[in-house]
Amino acid sequence: MKSAVVQLPGLNRDRDMIDALTKISGQSPVTVWQTETSIPDVDLIVIPGGFSYGDYLRCGAIAARMPVMQAIREKAERGVKVLGVCNGFQILVEAGLLPGALMRNTSLRFVSKEVLLEVTNADTHFTRAYEEGQIIRCPVAHHDGNYFADERTLASMQDNRQIVFRYAAGTNPNGSLSDIAGIINAEGNVLGMMPHPENLIEAAHGGNDGRGIFASALDVIAA
Amino acid sequence: MIKARVTVTLKNGVLDPQGKAIEGALASLGFDGVGHVRQGKVFDVEIDGADRAKAEADLKAMCEKLLANTVIENYTIAFD
Repeated sequence: MKSAVVQLPGLNRDRDMIDALTKISGQSPVTVWQTETSIPDVDLIVIPGGFSYGDYLRCGAIAARMPVMQAIREKAERGVKVLGVCNGFQILVEAGLLPGALMRNTSLRFVSKEVLLEVTNADTHFTRAYEEGQIIRCPVAHHDGNYFADERTLASMQDNRQIVFRYAAGTNPNGSLSDIAGIINAEGNVLGMMPHPENLIEAAHGGNDGRGIFASALDVIAA
Repeated sequence: MIKARVTVTLKNGVLDPQGKAIEGALASLGFDGVGHVRQGKVFDVEIDGADRAKAEADLKAMCEKLLANTVIENYTIAFD
């Protein structure tokens, strides 16, 4: 399966993401610069983490208004899978491709550590490699990962099983509502998550719990 | 030229950890009787021309599209 990695000024996790996608799919992703108005024919588009536009105004706010986002919106509407990690998640939320908002951590501190995630929906394009309820390790590194949505939005996400990852075992690092770490859109093809699965995919990382997200999305789950 | 001030504040019910920290800092400075503190943003925007109605419509669009995240924030527009 083919993939693309979006690049914007200030993103800094793009090389980690390219490396993870290359190792797991066996082919290098294409890179797409922010000013592009079309995206090549791929199965998965990834917006990696970082600090696009220096987090000015609000995290992801400026990036979400760049031309490439319109191209991503069109692809997403046609069912192409889109994954946003960390700043990528913030950008998807700011672009309105996912509901809610990501606010400053309640501790007001940047957190960089490992957390535990519960896979609360293993029946998605991104989580098929996991078992329902499985607890996986995953690193986080962010200042604004505190997920918020109003009550009605939260209720409808729960009804549609759109909450895909929750921080488990008291490891919520940011005060996120309902321990939300990752959500999917109602159509099931756009996933955003604060933790960094691309940084836990091989022995050199100290584990490979994050691999399943890419293996699921790229259709390379070992038989 | 028209000069406008856009004020963006968090909606009621949205937790404001920065406001809380400021609240605590004010108390620690000895300011008694300070209730809730909410932090917001101010944008001073200059707009060419003299058509205030058009400027107001443009500013509203700017708020909806970029300056405010209406999921969590309200905005007000005032002219000098």
